[in-house]
Amino acid sequence: MSNVFLALQANEDTRAIIEAITEDNPHAVVHPSPAMVKIDAEGSLTVRRETIEALIGRSFDLQELHINLISLSGHIDETDDELTLHWNA
Amino acid sequence: MDMNVPKKKLSLKEKYSHMTRGLDWEPSYQSKDDVYPYAKYEGIKIHDWDKWEDPFRLTMDAYWKYQAEKERKLYAIIDAYAQNNGHLSVTDARYINTVKLFLTGVSPLEYMAHRGFAHVGRQLPGAGPRVACLMQSIDEIRHAQTQVHSLSNYNKYYNGLHDFRHMHDRVWYLSVPKSFFDDAITAGPFEFMVAIGFSFEYVLTNLLFVPFVSGAAYNGDMSAMTFGFSAQSDEARHMTLGLEVIKFMLEQDPDNLPIVQRWIDKWAWRGTRVLTLVAMMMDYMLPKRIMSWKEAWEVYFEENGGALFKDLARYGITMPKCIEDITKEKEHLSHQAWATFYNYGAAAAFHTWTPDEDEMNWLSEKYPDSFDKYYRPRLEYWRDEAAKGNRFYNKTLPMLCQVCQIPMLFTEPDDPTKICYRETQYKDDKYHFCSDHCKAIFEHEPEKYIQSWLPVHQIYQGNCFPEGTDPTAEGFDPLAAVLAYYHMNFGRDNLDFEGSEDQKNFDAWRGVATSND
Amino acid sequence: MQMDLRTVSIKPLRNTFDHVARRLGADKPASRYQEGTFDMQAAANFHYRPTWDPEHEIFDATRTAIKMADWYAFKDPRQFYYGTYTLARAKQQDTAEANFNFVETRGLAAMLNDEVKATSLKLLVPLRHVAWGGNLNNASMCAYGYGTAFTQPCIYHAMDHLGIAQYLTRVGLLLGSEEELDAAKDAWMTGDAWQGLRRYVEDSFVLKDPIELFVAQNVALDGLLYPLVYETIVDDVLSSEGGTAIALLTQFMTEWFGETRRWVDATLKTAAGESAENKALLEKWTTHWRDRAASALMPVAQIAVGGRADTVVAEQVEQFNTRLAKAGMTV
Repeated sequence: MSNVFLALQANEDTRAIIEAITEDNPHAVVHPSPAMVKIDAEGSLTVRRETIEALIGRSFDLQELHINLISLSGHIDETDDELTLHWNA
Repeated sequence: MDMNVPKKKLSLKEKYSHMTRGLDWEPSYQSKDDVYPYAKYEGIKIHDWDKWEDPFRLTMDAYWKYQAEKERKLYAIIDAYAQNNGHLSVTDARYINTVKLFLTGVSPLEYMAHRGFAHVGRQLPGAGPRVACLMQSIDEIRHAQTQVHSLSNYNKYYNGLHDFRHMHDRVWYLSVPKSFFDDAITAGPFEFMVAIGFSFEYVLTNLLFVPFVSGAAYNGDMSAMTFGFSAQSDEARHMTLGLEVIKFMLEQDPDNLPIVQRWIDKWAWRGTRVLTLVAMMMDYMLPKRIMSWKEAWEVYFEENGGALFKDLARYGITMPKCIEDITKEKEHLSHQAWATFYNYGAAAAFHTWTPDEDEMNWLSEKYPDSFDKYYRPRLEYWRDEAAKGNRFYNKTLPMLCQVCQIPMLFTEPDDPTKICYRETQYKDDKYHFCSDHCKAIFEHEPEKYIQSWLPVHQIYQGNCFPEGTDPTAEGFDPLAAVLAYYHMNFGRDNLDFEGSEDQKNFDAWRGVATSND
Repeated sequence: MQMDLRTVSIKPLRNTFDHVARRLGADKPASRYQEGTFDMQAAANFHYRPTWDPEHEIFDATRTAIKMADWYAFKDPRQFYYGTYTLARAKQQDTAEANFNFVETRGLAAMLNDEVKATSLKLLVPLRHVAWGGNLNNASMCAYGYGTAFTQPCIYHAMDHLGIAQYLTRVGLLLGSEEELDAAKDAWMTGDAWQGLRRYVEDSFVLKDPIELFVAQNVALDGLLYPLVYETIVDDVLSSEGGTAIALLTQFMTEWFGETRRWVDATLKTAAGESAENKALLEKWTTHWRDRAASALMPVAQIAVGGRADTVVAEQVEQFNTRLAKAGMTV
């Protein structure tokens, strides 16, 4: 299975998001680089709203991700609760 | 209140569907073919636009909200950077030349993308792609403007950025990016989507932005870093649009496969040729390097692109044929390009130089199989000659490839000591190419590529002198006349970095900033 | 050593880009609107003709019959570039969001009398299709118009129309349900009241001249529809019948029209002021499309004001003519 990835700006907003992603995706590997963080994961990667909300103590709309998103790869499935990146092969 | 019966809560997908395709209707007072006149001539068959899967589901209210937040952050940083003379905190003044290349070469393309997506959004007969394309159109004018606004501050203190729009339409090396986008926008709407939405945005944009932006961060350029990352946050939407378009065309009809494959092959090559400028920037122009071009290609193309093409294999899509040659070229690309600009440094709107000893050692380490063997000796020779007062400037004009418009600087894929030339006869003329791939692109659509506005041809035809110039006059200086036509200031915008006004000013200003006098 | 770069006073080599300075007549500090607008569009040495329109260059001023010596004579009085545009709309959407919330949480929709509610649904929800048409047409103007000073506001206007279509969809969902959206679509497709307007919109889709399209969509249709529906019917007629909640839900449209007409008027004034030929052409187009729009809107107005539609529409036409006179046109 190939890797998908998500790259985010490294700042106060994304600290909790990155923490939530690593919590929900134990197979993900985090690579910090200047001013950004790239998260690789084999096959698929899921960002969950509830996990982020638990960490930041307020409600979070997954579309807020757009503010700090740098790049990604894979097909996207977006619902109110989850954003999933995946490859089919 | 009991009258207020709670309503069924619509899911994001249902809500978005009402907000986009629900708005659309089948026209009956005018025929659909008249409303969308360009939807069929490329031969792409679409049976059901409703099968389109929306990649991201942003409604306009959310769009305004999040984009405004990004803009607020970005302009706060641009303002602070300008107020604090942030330009003096970059590693050294050579760095600023990457910014010049970016503003003259890339920002005008962002604007073209804005108009191109307005056109394609207008012409595609499906509501889903229309909304996604128009959102991309407005994003792209954002990118053009945030780049102009960020780099406006550099223009106030450094040379070569002062007339970027004028230069983009005229200067010889800028016809490479310009013709790339002109090629895409003059193609049909589906080909444009493959060219820009898929090949450029999805497959190649990471190679442009991530190295450039990380490079900016590494070299202390907060303002370029910020607009770069801020622009990239829109790219995630654009990339998913590009991928969705490919899947959609392939799922709609098996007859679309060969057309789409040919476009992918063509635009992977066209795009990579344009990225030659980025390769050179990464390996030679950033005073503090982040990664080599070769490494970036391996991470962002070979690894990522590999995953993508593996995924698309189920539709019958194969890796573009040109990738094999690009893989061979990754050892040579940046060195050959920089050598060319060093040669033609009198006709470029940025400064060139020979790398210092440390930088050459870095290149040896990153390119163990090619740098010492083929490129270091030449750079050392030029460096030594320059030290003796013989800085080499090439005064002849190069032959250009009819398709990518890059001078014939590339070598044979399997022989780095031999320049690669290809040619073909069409009607009464002979046409020249840098590679098999550019030649194949020409041969498929000769009527298009014979139109190319080739800067060298245009100079020889006398079309690149200021109005009223008399080339037969005593003492006519063609180079001076061409630079005047380009609005390039001789001795300020061009020539070697060593001894340039940029270098002197930067040192003096930083000296004032770091001393107590 | 810590540098305090702020304390360094250095003299800039230049204040703005040369192409901006040429337009300002001197090298002086320029606004972000100016730097983000002037000459942003390529204007020379295009490489290939569009395969989809080989008669023209990629950007070609002859796509319209209007002639300008300088297409950067146009100026958006709002001086919108992307940043100021999105900030302005974000603020408005904040208000709109608060209004929708207010109506929803207080159950104000349920308190509307049945007649006002039915009229609102019948009148407003099909208009989301008209706004969707406005989105398409402004995308055309942006794509095929000439010069960023003219084309830039068109993409903002296109996205505004999409936003309005989406707000109207929310009105339908708030006052009714998904069925209401379907019913409105049926009315739009087959209902007698809407066929004139749908024909108008579809006819505008095939206009090739971007400035004629600007006249048909932004000047004539929107110039009559917005004051008629949002100012006269919603804010006056429905509000007096207890429909203030509806006015809250359409506040965005009312304010939007007030703001954007300044750009529309300024554009007309500049184009008409350029030459007698331009003025004559714009007057001819405006008269033609105004008359078509007025008659297409008549049955729509009847939904809300019944027999008074004639008078109400005639008043709108009167006000429209006065507005155009201020822009230097006799229609």
